[in-house]
Amino acid sequence: MRVPQALRFPIAPEEVLRKRQALKRELLKQSHALPVRIAILGGSTTAELKSTLELFLLAQGIQPEFYESGYNCYCEDVLFENPELWDFKPTIVFVHTTWRNVAEFPELLEGEAAVEGRVRREMARFEALWEKIQTGLGALVIQNNFDLPGLRPLGNLEASEASSRVNFLLRLNAGFAAHARSHARFLINDILYLSAQVGLDRWFDPGYWHNYHMAVSPVGTVALAQSVAALVKAAYGKSKKCLILDLDNTLWGGVVGDDGFENLLLGRDHPMGEAFQDFQRYVKDLQRRGVILAVCSKNDAANAKAGFSHPDSILKLDDFSAFKANWDPKPDNIREIALELNIGLDSMVFVDDNPAERALVEAQLPEVAVPDVGSDVDGFAQAIEQERYFEAERVVPEDLKRSTFYSSNVQRNLHRTGFADYGEFLDSLEMTAEIGTFQPVYLERIAQLINKTNQFNLTGRRYTSAEVEAVSRDPEAIALYGRLADRFGDNGLVSVLVARIFGDTAEIDLWLMSCRVLKREMELAMFDALVEECQARGVRRIVGVYVPSKKNGMVAEHYAGLGFSAADASGRFQYEVPDDYAPRTRHIRRTTALAMA
Amino acid sequence: MDEIMARIQTVFRDVFDDPQLAVTAASTASEVPGWDSLSNINLVFAIEREFKVKFALGQIQELNNVGEMAALIHKKRSA
Repeated sequence: MRVPQALRFPIAPEEVLRKRQALKRELLKQSHALPVRIAILGGSTTAELKSTLELFLLAQGIQPEFYESGYNCYCEDVLFENPELWDFKPTIVFVHTTWRNVAEFPELLEGEAAVEGRVRREMARFEALWEKIQTGLGALVIQNNFDLPGLRPLGNLEASEASSRVNFLLRLNAGFAAHARSHARFLINDILYLSAQVGLDRWFDPGYWHNYHMAVSPVGTVALAQSVAALVKAAYGKSKKCLILDLDNTLWGGVVGDDGFENLLLGRDHPMGEAFQDFQRYVKDLQRRGVILAVCSKNDAANAKAGFSHPDSILKLDDFSAFKANWDPKPDNIREIALELNIGLDSMVFVDDNPAERALVEAQLPEVAVPDVGSDVDGFAQAIEQERYFEAERVVPEDLKRSTFYSSNVQRNLHRTGFADYGEFLDSLEMTAEIGTFQPVYLERIAQLINKTNQFNLTGRRYTSAEVEAVSRDPEAIALYGRLADRFGDNGLVSVLVARIFGDTAEIDLWLMSCRVLKREMELAMFDALVEECQARGVRRIVGVYVPSKKNGMVAEHYAGLGFSAADASGRFQYEVPDDYAPRTRHIRRTTALAMA
Repeated sequence: MDEIMARIQTVFRDVFDDPQLAVTAASTASEVPGWDSLSNINLVFAIEREFKVKFALGQIQELNNVGEMAALIHKKRSA
């Protein structure tokens, strides 16, 4: 995907709006693999927002189709089940409300109990709306929190007085946030932050409010559209996963090979040293939340590694899951990093202070995102941040350990050399798999895995959290999860398999596995568990379904490899369950599922 | 005024994505393909930013053609 310059950092909102038609025309020339149906329910005018959101989605390879509620009919459309909305069958509902849609603000100097009552009523009004969207339409909800009014009748007292509008809005925002934490498939679009970032005076323009009832100015709309597009992208698992970094003058000031690691500009002794340290701190924060880090630097490997022994280096060598320091062209190294980590080039972001290197990577690897970070370290973090590469639906404990998984993978790969054959290597890993039927404690992780796994994914089916929950209780379904641990660590929950039972036949509706455990025979362990479950339930036949996609070519031969008979015209493979089935797994020890209670 | 008309034409060409679009003082919304109440918001915004002017409430609604728009911009800029 070639993203037009106007839609990349640094964005000039005026240019985006003025050239909107031409930008759309340019984007439509490229292919957009992912159709998404989005209903915009507006508490104010949404036409401008829709057109701009369309641009940012197209730039992500997403082809949106829109439904727009009537002006300020965001509640009515849902609560009275507007047939037009129901027929539209949105997969995402974006509720575009602002502080102007609050139904009742407190009276000045009202007591705490009365204010609390108003908070509860307002929350109940929104919660009824969200509940209905999720159960009635089965859609994911993107909900604005509240921006702040530009005018403050109480002046600075708005900040302290309990009955002020500002404090009331902040309490509602806390309520919205709590709802997001306790409900899956519900995302907050943080316009409190966006409006502050744009500046309240630019975020709201009274002329556009009074003339057109736009609660957010045209300039603000561009920021809003970009933010919503990032959330949609996250919901469809299209966010980036890996940040590839250059070293000299990117992570530290100076050239480590020339200056020696002890003379690098890094740390509090120098303004630039402090700036590089701050950038490292930001990168470390990304790594902590699950972004995988890699190095791609033109350097001697030994010199490059020495840089991280600088006492003021926040990043340490083992924060990186892949490390390429050599004199080969960077696009070659980036391709290798993708192979080593088993993630797609379209999941990668490349940051380099050198515009020539950026241009080269951009030209040769159009799938890799290359932000225009400039050459001044003070702008690096902002450029990455503003492109919203790493937006996520939520953070789960798995994310905190992710980079460890990948770093352990590098160790596993190193460990691999020096074995007689691959089987001996697998045995040396001392793998144990916990495979069982869906447990409540895993449902969220299962939904997350289902919605972001693209490569080892036989059917490409996506399940909402509600569907995951439903299938876990469906007696006519076999729903299995698998966790895999080895001597280098716990890989976590890495595989999901769902089959629907029709009489004596089980048809595979979903089978996927995280790529970090490829070639470990985990898929065989899952198959063993499926067969056992079939035998226990008197199922004689397993039907395998393979739905080819752009990314799942690696599993095209999956069923054939397991001994299924060839596909019929509709892409279905067959397997007769023998009475004397012998488990396929030879290198993984199965343990019974914990948490059965 | 010629300078204003020329720049207005550039804005129109961008907003309506038609590099051949010819706008005269007598042009009205009904003569320009795509100029409706929705695209009007975007057009007004682009004009405001091009000329660094701000239209007051109601001023847009009173305009009958592009020439009157140019005259209004001229008046605002010389004020």
